Amino acid sequence: METSRRTFLKAGALAALVLAAGGGIYRATHTPGPQRFVLDGEARAALDAIVPAMLSGALPAGAAERKAAIASAVEGVHAAISNLPLAVQKEVQDLFGLLALAPARRLLTGVSGGWFNASETDISAFLQDWRLHRFALLRSAYSALHDLSLGAWYAQPASWSAIGYPGPMKELA
Amino acid sequence: MNDFIPDPIQQGIARGWHIVDGAALDTDRTLEADVVIVGSGAGGGVTAEILALAGLKVVIVEEGALRSSKDFKMREADAYPALYQESAARQTLDKGIKILQGRTVGGSTVVNWTSSFRTPPATLDFWRSHFGLNGFDAAAMAPWFALMEKRLHVGDWQGAPNENNALLKRGADRLGIPSGLIRRNVNGCWNLGYCGMGCPTNAKQSMLVTTIPSALDGGATLVTRARAERFAIQGEHVEELLCTALQADGVAPNGRVLRLRARHFVVAGGAINSPALLLRSNAPDPHRLLGKRTFLHPTLISAGIFPQRVDAYAGAPQTVYSDHFLHTSLIDGPLGYKLEAPPLHPVLLSTTMNGFGKDHADMMRQFPHIQGMLALLRDGFHEDSPGGSVQLKDGAGVLDYPLNDFLWDGARRALLSMAEIQFAAGASAVRPAHETARAYTSWDEAKREIAALPQALHMTRVASAHVMGGCTMAGDERRGVVAPDGRYRGLANLSVHDGSLFPTSIGANPQLSIYGLTARLASGLAEHMTGLPAPRPGA
Repeated sequence: METSRRTFLKAGALAALVLAAGGGIYRATHTPGPQRFVLDGEARAALDAIVPAMLSGALPAGAAERKAAIASAVEGVHAAISNLPLAVQKEVQDLFGLLALAPARRLLTGVSGGWFNASETDISAFLQDWRLHRFALLRSAYSALHDLSLGAWYAQPASWSAIGYPGPMKELA
Repeated sequence: MNDFIPDPIQQGIARGWHIVDGAALDTDRTLEADVVIVGSGAGGGVTAEILALAGLKVVIVEEGALRSSKDFKMREADAYPALYQESAARQTLDKGIKILQGRTVGGSTVVNWTSSFRTPPATLDFWRSHFGLNGFDAAAMAPWFALMEKRLHVGDWQGAPNENNALLKRGADRLGIPSGLIRRNVNGCWNLGYCGMGCPTNAKQSMLVTTIPSALDGGATLVTRARAERFAIQGEHVEELLCTALQADGVAPNGRVLRLRARHFVVAGGAINSPALLLRSNAPDPHRLLGKRTFLHPTLISAGIFPQRVDAYAGAPQTVYSDHFLHTSLIDGPLGYKLEAPPLHPVLLSTTMNGFGKDHADMMRQFPHIQGMLALLRDGFHEDSPGGSVQLKDGAGVLDYPLNDFLWDGARRALLSMAEIQFAAGASAVRPAHETARAYTSWDEAKREIAALPQALHMTRVASAHVMGGCTMAGDERRGVVAPDGRYRGLANLSVHDGSLFPTSIGANPQLSIYGLTARLASGLAEHMTGLPAPRPGA
């Protein structure tokens, strides 16, 4: 793997500190809203960037179809999070709050220029690093992103024909 | 639409069942009863029917909503948030194990895969020798299992196993490994394969269509979308149960409170939630046992890719098992495991299997050719397998279940056994659910590679659908918070009737163990409260 993208792995204790503080910083700098999960600004851009990397290879080829499919999967992730217990919604909120902070993003993901401009290659590289990271917190953050993205995608009937799943018996569904 | 399937819940509501939906409350409420039962799953359902038939006034309180066959559309997107704890995304404290538990009227019995096993005699023997549970041997329990088997229509499955299950048998046969057929609690099953999303035809004899309707016909009251917060305890007496009513989606409180008062209280919220309720209530626990010894049958998963279609989403989900690897060592030796086949549906498979991007998408495109196999580790019989402990985090029960080397040893052996069976059955590739595993294309390769996989937290996928223990039943107070009659020690009017009673894991899918044990405990409680012989529920 390219070392340039892996420098953030050396951050060690500092990264852990940021990770621990990130959610709190995000909550402190945002007006206290409802307890339920909300996603806006850079946090929203982070999800918009991560979902296509997770679903790479499963998304339709055409540009318009691809864009619609990503939007629909992101919407599915939202819906899934809103059904989680409030304490878990807060954990997910903290994760996205952290991803929205530029210094934390650079330190923990190596993505330097903002989520909107990040390439799929860069996103995939940080996901792969988080997946096997020595910090349990980053591994479990990867796992949450994995389950939310892939779960939201394959929950949709639109994804089924590509995998040969006929769906439930129509007379009863 | 499935208007042609009769819906026993809609019919019961039309008959005038007493149902209080917490989400619809516009004022606080107080209800009085002879017995308040917390939870409507296997333990709560069985208890509710027996006590109601005994003529007692029963209130059942359930955190989930009342759903029925008209709602069961066989779609994961709807079923997981509607019917499972935490949208089927409950996890242990360190997020090392995913936990599937029901949260709906009928509890996990609404979403389980219908596998029905009596408690293995070796498990009951262990409870006698290590937990002082005399009188719970196989002969003593047999009439209770027989009673509930009849009540819930447990029987041999008449159809042929689907290919997903047949492959387990075929591979095991070729290796000389004995396997058996699973009995199921179904009546008129359509062989659809969607048990995990609520039975759309009411064939599965869950609590939702059996004991709960019977209790409601007998005058019981069902309170739904209400979370049991804590018992108000005075000395040795439970005065009342305080419940928080929830909003319609079941996520947040709606500001209303229910007070449930009764002569006796039965806790049947399932493992994790039952001990958590008692912890929140500061129930007596002089030996610091409450919530401890919680077991999961930590489960490993292996995906076999076959040249032929397997269609693991179709047909009765579990019909073949093998107990061979439960018997290769002593029960208190290295971890043994039970082998079964899980049904595969797109969300369940895609989130369970490791990887992302193109690698994951390529695997998913083989979906109809994938056979799922799982190994349930029999935890709780060895000193290095103490299980987990339930703790409170912001008031909610969370299970801390550390994964240790003893368990990883079992995980590695289980992944090897499953791969060997899948190749013996004709798999062209086998992919263990593990972050650094690949699809191996021969048993020689798999054997070498799986043996070398790092078995570690978040690397090996571990899941559980069987949460047991935490309110251990034992012959004396130093080994368990609950006495052999189901009474909670130190409280005069509180019993525990659910899988949290088990002193170890079961070593088999636990539903019938819960039915049989709680039928016995509820019958004893009914006799004690009425002074009359307990009624015998009949199908």
